[in-house]
Amino acid sequence: MMSLTFVAALAAIIPLIFIFYYTISKGITYLNVDFFIAMPKPVGEPGGGMANAIVGTLILIGIGGVIGIPVGIMTGTYLSEFGHNKFGYVVRFLTDVLSGIPSIVVGVVAYTMVVMPMKHFSAIAGGIALGILMIPTITRTTEEMIKLVPQTLREAGLALGIPKWKTTLAIVLKSAWKGIATGVLLGLSRAAGETAPLLFTALGNRFWSTNIGQPIASLTVYIYDYAKSPFEDWNQQAWTAALVLILLISLLSLLFRIITRSKYKTN
Amino acid sequence: MEIKISVKNLDAFYGKNKVLHNISIDIPKNKVLAIIGPSGCGKSTFIRCLNRMHEVVGGSIKGEILLDGEDLMKTDPVLLRKRIGMVFQKPNPFPSMSIFNNVAAGLRLNGVRNKKQITPIVEKCLKQAALWDEVKDQLNGSGANISGGQQQRLCIARTLAVDPEVILMDEPASALDPISTTKIEDLIFQLKKDFTIVIVTHNMQQAARVSDYTAFFYLGKLIELDETNKIFTSPANKQTEDYVRGRFG
Repeated sequence: MMSLTFVAALAAIIPLIFIFYYTISKGITYLNVDFFIAMPKPVGEPGGGMANAIVGTLILIGIGGVIGIPVGIMTGTYLSEFGHNKFGYVVRFLTDVLSGIPSIVVGVVAYTMVVMPMKHFSAIAGGIALGILMIPTITRTTEEMIKLVPQTLREAGLALGIPKWKTTLAIVLKSAWKGIATGVLLGLSRAAGETAPLLFTALGNRFWSTNIGQPIASLTVYIYDYAKSPFEDWNQQAWTAALVLILLISLLSLLFRIITRSKYKTN
Repeated sequence: MEIKISVKNLDAFYGKNKVLHNISIDIPKNKVLAIIGPSGCGKSTFIRCLNRMHEVVGGSIKGEILLDGEDLMKTDPVLLRKRIGMVFQKPNPFPSMSIFNNVAAGLRLNGVRNKKQITPIVEKCLKQAALWDEVKDQLNGSGANISGGQQQRLCIARTLAVDPEVILMDEPASALDPISTTKIEDLIFQLKKDFTIVIVTHNMQQAARVSDYTAFFYLGKLIELDETNKIFTSPANKQTEDYVRGRFG
């Protein structure tokens, strides 16, 4: 029994080892300062970078975050603190449904709702799609984390004559905020890695653009385009883009760790 | 004897389930009233009616509770709880706050922003709770990193900071070791000079030590209320006698 589960555990980490092995070994060739600060070069010209895609990805998850984080945290708070009724049950169920919907479908919806009326692709459409994708992750993590806050802390707050909303905000959310931050990070990481919903919302852009009303480049779409291209150079750069994406998410994760580092040493 | 809280014909419910039956008690000012009784007798529910926390967990109340003659059921529960503070069974300092901020929480979250105003109150309350000497050098440390007994005194200091008139204590020492328990009991003795105290306890020796009056609850009913030494030496009711003699419960 133990050996069987051990083999399964080993099998579980093997893909991760391969992912690291390939992205690092293949991606490192083109990983240089230029990759971060230069623009893509036309086919045939060596070198160049993906500065526009790195900034593009950051802008896209930024827009997604502006939508997904407040909606997610507030919905999660509602579900945990006030949602013990039919409406809460329905919302909880629908959030679970939303988390199971393929991201490409969310992309299609963003296409219909944002791209069609605007009549062109845009960063904002991509950001909205990513924001929608973040909501279920953040909502459910927030709800679960807030539920872990002991009931007695809520009562302690109320017993001090602190109104319910302030108790929720200053005591309950504050006690749970590390867990909530983890949920936010998960949401952002997932969004940063999405490709499908960006293909027909943010589209992609060969040029420098920070205009959220215009199509914008992203690392994932670049990986998709470059990896399926017939050019050796581009294939190599796709690996580098993959590596940079992983680094970016790791960096984000590190940043969250630093922000949420406890003020107090725990015993 | 001056009456601080007067409870008249109080019924309390959880849903349709009636857990307190027609309780009438006059709680004297600046005295300690202990409430004793076996588990499930409604003693915790009773004190949670007094600051209307019973309603927070979905319960309901019928009857009259007068605080200095003012009907509590018609008062805003949020304002009421500033006048009737509560200390819970398990120490529950806010884990995300420092010791200082724990004591200041009730003030800050009720709109007192001025640090010059808050600092002396925090010091005074920590002294009143007999905790100042032990924590004065670590006021910015976490409220969750001190011992259980210290945490409970911190919770008492936190309650004192909003300047209540009445303090409800729900088995405040049941999770503590004997030395910490003694400290809490000494503290209760000090506090009754300034506050009216209602304490729920499982521990009859504790009730005998700290209280001036004792009420015995059984199955949601008030069986007997009298001066503490009378309850423990010559109770009028047979059930009370059996309970304090340790024959049941």
